[in-house]
Amino acid sequence: MDWVAVRLTLQLAALTTLVLAVAGLPLAYWLATTRWAWRPVVDAAVAVPLLLPPTVLGFYFLMATGPDSAAGRVYARVAEGTIPFSFTGVLLASVLYNLPFAVRPFASGFAAVDRRLIEAARCLGASRLRTFVTVVLPLSWPAVLAGLVLAFAHTVGEFGVVLMVGGNIPGVTRTIALAIYDDVQALDYASANEASAVLLVFAVSVLAATYALQRRTLPL
Amino acid sequence: MTRLDVDIEFRYEAGRQGPPHGESLTHAAGVLCRWSDPVGEARVTVLLGASGSGKTTVLRCLAGLEHPQRGHIRFGAHTWFDAAARVNLPPDRRDLGVLFQDYALFPHLTVEQNVAFAAPRFVGGARGPAQRARVSELVDVFRLRGLERRLPRQLSGGQQQRVALARAVFRRPKLLLLDEPLSALDRPTREEVREDLRTIVRTLDIPTYIVSHDRADALTLADRIVLLDEGRIIQSGTTREVFDRPATPAAARLVGVDSVVLGRIASVERGIARVEVAGQQVSVEAPAPPGHEAALCIRAEDVAIARHAPVDISATNRWRAIVRSEVPEGPFVRVGLDCGFRLAALVTRDAWQRLALRPGDEAWAIVKAATIRALPRD
Repeated sequence: MDWVAVRLTLQLAALTTLVLAVAGLPLAYWLATTRWAWRPVVDAAVAVPLLLPPTVLGFYFLMATGPDSAAGRVYARVAEGTIPFSFTGVLLASVLYNLPFAVRPFASGFAAVDRRLIEAARCLGASRLRTFVTVVLPLSWPAVLAGLVLAFAHTVGEFGVVLMVGGNIPGVTRTIALAIYDDVQALDYASANEASAVLLVFAVSVLAATYALQRRTLPL
Repeated sequence: MTRLDVDIEFRYEAGRQGPPHGESLTHAAGVLCRWSDPVGEARVTVLLGASGSGKTTVLRCLAGLEHPQRGHIRFGAHTWFDAAARVNLPPDRRDLGVLFQDYALFPHLTVEQNVAFAAPRFVGGARGPAQRARVSELVDVFRLRGLERRLPRQLSGGQQQRVALARAVFRRPKLLLLDEPLSALDRPTREEVREDLRTIVRTLDIPTYIVSHDRADALTLADRIVLLDEGRIIQSGTTREVFDRPATPAAARLVGVDSVVLGRIASVERGIARVEVAGQQVSVEAPAPPGHEAALCIRAEDVAIARHAPVDISATNRWRAIVRSEVPEGPFVRVGLDCGFRLAALVTRDAWQRLALRPGDEAWAIVKAATIRALPRD
């Protein structure tokens, strides 16, 4: 096993999941409760990575964050190096690419919470934030957990976006999925088989756990 | 004196079927309401209207859950809503307690936690001696002792309602709003809980608005009544004013019962109360002990008419009356009688012809005590 790649992969998946929890929960709550007319557009923007080839997202990401782009120039001023071909770049792209895997389960979990309970909490003096923490989250945590688990697992198995945005730099952007690709290219089928089997078992267990979570009935 | 000052116009959004929650809307396109009420001394106002009259919408506007397109809502010195000044306080800053139609208890919290939910910095239960004491006090007031650790789904409808009320009054709100508090209950429980609710709202001493479609609620609970029809107020006043003199046919339909008589219970003997009404005595099943007020509902079809004072008859209520009006109604005649109070009687055309009575004549009205519905009020 390429333990450097394993560590890097887990690091990327954990950080991606963390960022999605911090940014994705409020976004999902907004999507689940807003009456804004343009909401379908935001819904579509969140869901589009499900349909796009990773190369398309990667391509636009490279264009938008390259050294000559506005984002690239700002980044050059505050940090060393460039966004593309760095861990930061892969992390950012990975967050964007995994948005639907986290936000969609979150939002459907929140939307399933009885609106009257939210109204009751507000009428009892609870702010929006307190209502979210004391009423919405406790009643939708299986969906939230499912979203986090899916985002984590999907990042572990990511290939195209990481290759496009990160290149294939050992210890910086080379995840297990890329290592398997390299092994196959080098005809090292034994190593490829070992890592592939681990990923396969991991994916099946995660999906089984997620489905089990979704079946869990809420205390109503 | 604190006043509640309401002047709102609310139009239901196109493409949305009426208000998002509560009654389905059949005729009204919106709500246009204006009233100003002193609420300083605790009083109970019932917003009475048929389903679709917009009464729940009015309540939701008061609570801050709906946003009227125009107008203002002021409570004392506080402006809760003012469309022109772009003021719209969110529900959590209006200092009111709301009882929802199906109670909306938090399913994941115990009775105790539900009651303490309004505590500042609530996370999972009451904190500190003051909050625990308040929970304990409310558990006693609302007879929830022994149920503290139960979840809402393990409670009966009446118990759920008491938990919801205790939760709503936890932080001593300045105004209490009850949305159809009894409609989620089945009939026998409803009668029982209505009694309870009457005692509770009297002892709470918080000005209360109750939305209801049931005139029994209005008769039992209200000091004042606001009648709503198609999103507009058609009459408001004390319970006596509104039930004695409905201002319009729509108001009369809403008030419903053919005759509602208000009086004071003079004495109770073997379960039967003597109620004094305008110099007459009415015998009914006692709704409350002597000294209390009662509302007596008498249906026109339960009233018989005699030309002479009836003798050897089981019916205990026999009142001398003057015939005031006669209106044919299908095979029947609706006769208006004045017994010191107004009383409607429904008799067959044949019977009416046999009696040969006409307006101005003297007659006797006969009503069996068992057919009169007596509701307590005070």
